[in-house]
Order: sequence, then structure tokens, then C-alpha cells
Amino acid sequence: MTGGAPDAVVVGGGLLGSAIGYGLAVRGLRVTVLDEGDVAYRAARGNFGLVWVQGKGAGASPAHAAYARWTQTSGELWSAFAAGLEELTGTPLQLSQKGGIHLCLTEEEFEARAQKMAGLAAQNGSRFTYEMLGRNALARHLPGLGPDVVGCSWSPQDGHVDPLKLLRAVQEGITALGGAIRPGHRVSRIVREGGAFRLETEGGALSTARLVLAAGLGNRALAPMIDLDQPVHPQKGQVLVTERRERFLDIPTTFVRQTGDGTILLGDSKEDAGFDTSASPEILRTIADRGRRSFPALAEVQIVRSWGALRVMTPDGLPIYGQSPTMPGAFAAACHSGVTLAAAHAGPLAQDIVEGRLSGETAALGAERFHVQAA
Amino acid sequence: MFKRPEAAIGRPVRLSFEGQEIRAAPGDSIAVALLAAGVDFFRHTPRSGAPRGPWCMMGACFDCLVVVDDVPNRQACQITVADGMKVARQRGAAEVGP
Repeated sequence: MTGGAPDAVVVGGGLLGSAIGYGLAVRGLRVTVLDEGDVAYRAARGNFGLVWVQGKGAGASPAHAAYARWTQTSGELWSAFAAGLEELTGTPLQLSQKGGIHLCLTEEEFEARAQKMAGLAAQNGSRFTYEMLGRNALARHLPGLGPDVVGCSWSPQDGHVDPLKLLRAVQEGITALGGAIRPGHRVSRIVREGGAFRLETEGGALSTARLVLAAGLGNRALAPMIDLDQPVHPQKGQVLVTERRERFLDIPTTFVRQTGDGTILLGDSKEDAGFDTSASPEILRTIADRGRRSFPALAEVQIVRSWGALRVMTPDGLPIYGQSPTMPGAFAAACHSGVTLAAAHAGPLAQDIVEGRLSGETAALGAERFHVQAA
Repeated sequence: MFKRPEAAIGRPVRLSFEGQEIRAAPGDSIAVALLAAGVDFFRHTPRSGAPRGPWCMMGACFDCLVVVDDVPNRQACQITVADGMKVARQRGAAEVGP
């Protein structure tokens, strides 16, 4: 290391760790991000790129309501976050927040969706706004729908962004602000040394007074080293991408979106497949079929690539944030919504970490909720 | 650019490129036929509009895209010529739908 110990070390060079690291760097900390390298599972390089509010946090528990508000907060912060990042790095993020659509292909899906959205809007402190649109109302806004589409939920709070440009930009932001990204630094051990933490990595040891574990699926093994519990497991998602076409879809949907460069992404599968990241014909066929039923003209558009990636999933699907009960200055975070929550992670979460304690929504999203003793 | 002996063609396959007749040898890929006919670029890219032509000639680079019989974004290096085939430049991104 040159120039002494960093003010903060973030373990994990994905979107979660990089967004937190960028937020800390913006607040004047000299940040080092330790990245495992390309052997890592890399959820941040496989995701779909939605900045998505509708449906997030639907459920009865206080943690669900906290996640919903946290998501709404991030959605509200996103445009200013993107503007600051673009100005600093010169990397256009292709952010568009003109609303988003969840298409329903059966009456049952539509009814279930309507109930879910109504529950979410009725939550304590919710700022969620949406509309259920029947087929005719929807078709006025969105041409080219297939005959199976019965309607949709629509929220003006949704949007999308290029997730790879976002990842690159937050990392460029960290280095532009004097920080460092260090690949090949898989962390094997964390020990407390006086008031600081000593991290042993395959790229050498380093010390810091402020530590954030954001290593995705790696947090399961790392969090206990700072006396936290992050019981995450992989959930596979698969994505198809087509050749570039003229713009035909200006608004993202949960399983079809057209990127700023013209390619069309189809996705949103969910599988329990362990650590297998391969793409499989059966699942891809299901994804392609739903895309074709939604927009029949897609049937003649050529698919150029497909891939699988692993979501970082928690037992209830909500993020987990924690501050070490025994080591002040050490935090851990895990979530599968690294794109949507990037603005909150670089904003209020980074501010909490600077101040040394979680507050508000992140304090309400601890792992204590999984412990029977807490019930 | 490229030149081949007239004898190498044998009985020519007749196709059109941008409305002009081109003569190719049986078994030629569209990319070979166009290059041999002196066509120096096959498409304009969707993003910058830059002119592009075949690079890898083996199906990997997608830089040889053309419209074949009204189907957009076909790889010219992967399709064998046929009599009466209508080939045109791929101009940027194709529309979705009719």
C-alpha cells in the first residue's frame, strides 16, 4: 500500500460494495475496495438493469415495510445520484425513469398483482404510487402487445439503467476521488487489532479503522468474522439478449426491456441451482416464450447471447444490513437489488457508515429478524 | 481489392446486391461473393453509423451483417449464395415488427 492505511476498506467489488465505496469516497474518505477477481460469481455483471420500485417489499412484516420505503427512497435519489456520477466520471449511465410495467398474461396473474400492489401502497409510511391498467388502456400506451396480455401494473417510480456502465462508473468514481480498487484480494481472515481491523488477503495484509463487508455470496463466510450473521444463498437468473434493433419499447417491463444501445433483454427466471451459473435451454425457452407472448414481433428478432448469474438471496428476499455488535466501525450488507438500491447505498447508507451507526430503514433490516429468539 | 481468375467461377450463381446483379461461384458465401465483386462495406453500425465489412469470415464477429431476402441482420459469411437471392446493406438497426 502506498500512502498509509485507507480510511475505509470495502470487501467486495460488485455493485453493492462499489456503490458504498463511492458514497464513502464522496464523503471524503480514502477508500480501498478489495475484489476477489474474476473467479467471483459477479452478480453485478449478470443482472437485468431495472431501477425498480413496484412490488419491492410487499408483505406484512415491519422489515417488508422498511425495505419498501428504502427502495422508494433510492428511486427518489437515483436521478441526482446518476447526475453526480456522470459529471464526475463522464460515463453516461443511460438512466431513464419514465415508469415501468409488469405485464400480466392471465386474469389470475392480474388479480394477484392488483392485490399485491394494493397491499404495498397501504403499508405504513408508503410513498408507492401505481395503477392497474386493463388491456385497452395499456394498448393505448404500448403498441404491439400479444393477444395473451390482459393488463399490467404500472408505476411512474420505476425505470432502468445500463448496469455495466453503472458498475464501471462507481468504480471510476472511487479512483477519481483518490481511492483504489484492488482485484486479486480475496479476504481469508479478519482480526481486530487495537481499534483497527487487520485483513489478511491473497494479495497481502492491510489495516483499516472502518470496514464494510459487501462480498455478495461471500458474506456468508465473512460476516461471522465480525460477529454478524448474513445467511445468503444463490438464486439463479437467466437472461437472453437480442441483436440491436430500432427502439420499439420505451418503457421497461419486468421481463423485457430494450437497452439504450438497442439490444432487447429478456429475463426474470428464478431457480434454486446451487452455484451453477450455466444457461439452460428449458429455462431460456420459457423466457423467450413469455417475451413472444407479450410482444409477438419479437419472434423474428435474433438472439445473440444468453447467460446465467446468481442473485444474492436472503431467507425472506429482503436485504440484510448489520453493524458489528462487538467491533465498532465494522458493517456488513447483502442484497439482490444492487442496481435499484445503488443510490441509497451511495447516499444514506454511506452516511450512516461514516457516522458509525445504522439508522432508519437499514437499522430495521438486520439479521435479527431470522432468529427465533427475536420473535 | 480481391481478384479471382474468371475460370474459378464455373457456372455462375446470379444474385443481386443493392439492386445490381452479382455473379458468384457455386458454394461461395455471400461475404466471399460481395468481396470478390469489390463491395468494400456491408453495413452501417446501429450506434455511430460507421461503415463495416467482414472481419473474421467465420461467424464470430457479426461485422458482415446484411439484409437477405428482406430478413435483416444475416451473417453474410455464414450463408451460401443462391440464384435470385436479394442482398442489401444493413443500414443501422432494423425495425421490430412489420
